[in-house]
Amino acid sequence: MTAYIIRRLLLLPVLLFGVTVIIFGLLQFLSPVERSALYVREIPHTEGAVEGIIKRYGLDQPIYVQYWHWLVGRIDPVTGKRVGGILRGDLGYSRVGSQPVASLIAQRFPATAELALWAVVPIIGVGIWLGVQSAVRHNRFFDQVARVFSIIGWSFPTFVFGLLVLMIFYAKLKWFPPGRISDWASAVINSGQFHQYTHLYTIDALLNLRFDIFWDALKHLILPVLTLSYLNWALLLRVTRSSMLEVLGQDYIRTARAKGLPERLVINRHARPNALIPVVTLAGLMVAGLLGGVVITETVFNYPGIGSAAAQAAIQLDVITVLGFALFNGTILILANLIVDILYAVIDPRVRLE
Amino acid sequence: MKERLSQGSEFPPLRKIGWLERLVGPDNYRALRALVTTPAAIAGLVLLAIFALVAIAAPLIAPPANPRDPYRIPRDGFSPDPRPMGSEWKHNPPPLPFWWRFVMKTDRWVHILGTASGQWDIFYGVIWGTRTAFRVGITITLATLIIGVLVGSISAYYGGIIDNILMRIVDIFLTLPFLMAALILATILVPRFGKSIYPAVIALIGFGWMGYSRLIRGDILSIKEREFVLAARAVGARDYRILFRHIVPNAIFPTLVVASMDIGSYVLSFAALAFLGIGVEIGYADWGQLLSFARNWITSLADYWYIVVWPGLALVLFVLAWNLVGDALRDALDPRMRTIRR
Repeated sequence: MTAYIIRRLLLLPVLLFGVTVIIFGLLQFLSPVERSALYVREIPHTEGAVEGIIKRYGLDQPIYVQYWHWLVGRIDPVTGKRVGGILRGDLGYSRVGSQPVASLIAQRFPATAELALWAVVPIIGVGIWLGVQSAVRHNRFFDQVARVFSIIGWSFPTFVFGLLVLMIFYAKLKWFPPGRISDWASAVINSGQFHQYTHLYTIDALLNLRFDIFWDALKHLILPVLTLSYLNWALLLRVTRSSMLEVLGQDYIRTARAKGLPERLVINRHARPNALIPVVTLAGLMVAGLLGGVVITETVFNYPGIGSAAAQAAIQLDVITVLGFALFNGTILILANLIVDILYAVIDPRVRLE
Repeated sequence: MKERLSQGSEFPPLRKIGWLERLVGPDNYRALRALVTTPAAIAGLVLLAIFALVAIAAPLIAPPANPRDPYRIPRDGFSPDPRPMGSEWKHNPPPLPFWWRFVMKTDRWVHILGTASGQWDIFYGVIWGTRTAFRVGITITLATLIIGVLVGSISAYYGGIIDNILMRIVDIFLTLPFLMAALILATILVPRFGKSIYPAVIALIGFGWMGYSRLIRGDILSIKEREFVLAARAVGARDYRILFRHIVPNAIFPTLVVASMDIGSYVLSFAALAFLGIGVEIGYADWGQLLSFARNWITSLADYWYIVVWPGLALVLFVLAWNLVGDALRDALDPRMRTIRR
């Protein structure tokens, strides 16, 4: 077990290296002047200034030197200070956000984390339940309905679904508004009377005992959570169902039934734990996807998280910002994969023994 | 049949094998047969046939205002307020389609599905959007397939260090989430190609090929050990001939199936990028682009529902059709493959 985890941890730097290589590779599509946004706030436009900037930040040097500087930063020959360097947390300057990319990410992350927090339980709980039930009632009515739901859900683009629920629940019924918080609640939150412990509005509101704000924040979360849920349900249902069906066909299940165990125990104790092993991978990747920002859902609902910030930067062709978000996204994905793999070893002895 | 067996016939009873089965092999033939016998697959194929007809007949169903630039949706003025279905076409209507007079007995051309903000005609956009969908989907699929098969087959055939390097490149391309990666590449490409379908198409190709190279690599690894490859080598055939004339044709079918069924999801990803406003210019006949008009009217979507519903319906049905067909094919090819795609 320890050996497995150590081996897995040794792989981590390799994967992170992979992400940096692809991001740095994409950076090379930009001209040296555009790349100078990694180090300076204002990209110069006059002829001489451009030359100066390229020299000053070494943007004309061999590519491996530039890669190294991009990783650890570079001593600015004029000021003598170290600038840039993604390992130091400096991802460049965001033209769209008018602030460093890293602080833009830090500013937007709580909103995304809050959405992920509220979405993860319904997605995984209901998704797995649907899959298990569908397999247990194989080819019966429940299963047929679930399969139809799954294939339709899988074909339904998030933005179409999002626009439809906005049309019904916001434009028509006025129940759930888009955005993250109402103006009046936002005024209270930023008033100084209100302690922002976590920057997750729902949790902060509870800690401040402001249930009206809690309810307001929750109302803004319901539609995005619903939109994220249906797509992931469709996915989880397919995977859980097929894995469960495979397990239910195995000999030890027949043994369990033959020795007279109640069906409920056969399903819950014998079949389900084994069937959920492949589901863990998918669920882990889903959580990573949620934390990395869900570009389309956040954009449709005008939800100010990581994803909508990335989309805004992309529309305004601010590549440095988008790449910063991608780096963040890729890192989260890799860490989530690591956690999933370790979890795997914990729940499945076969992996450990390999 | 029973009689022949009991008489100790030397030959097992023969089943008639058609030319198609001989061409693609028994497993693949079973997959193709599933297409025309599974109800869901038939429904998908019928839907696809309808879409294909609409795409082919687009100039007849909705004649373009400017035949040189048919993908540009004609607009009726510039007012920001959408107009409802069936309202009259006031400013420079495009030519009247032949069937309109026939069906409606009138010469007044109307906005059948209403207009979006900016007076873009939704009906025109939905009809010509079908062409965009096919063009984009088929282009991306063909290109990703070619890249994927090249990389995967070279990797599997040569093995060793080449295999290792190519597969690590594949791994690196897989480190970023698909849509995020495509978003970045499209953002980088827009200033270089201008606003058109190309940045998004190239971006989706750039990050879409890896799955196919892994798939075909696995199949080639087993096929290259077969006798006919040895025979080809024994008669002195060159590497590229062995690979592309003997091995790839025998290994490509499963990859081909998976790829062709991905057309739907590529169209979906393209529409998502267009919806975000990356790639195509405003007024280009694309479903995702049409849907993005709705974002200006979130508060009054209850009145302007037709901006969302019609392009949305077209997109959903298109993707659904591919998924219905794809699901049946996958089931027939291999029950274990019925897991997730991207």
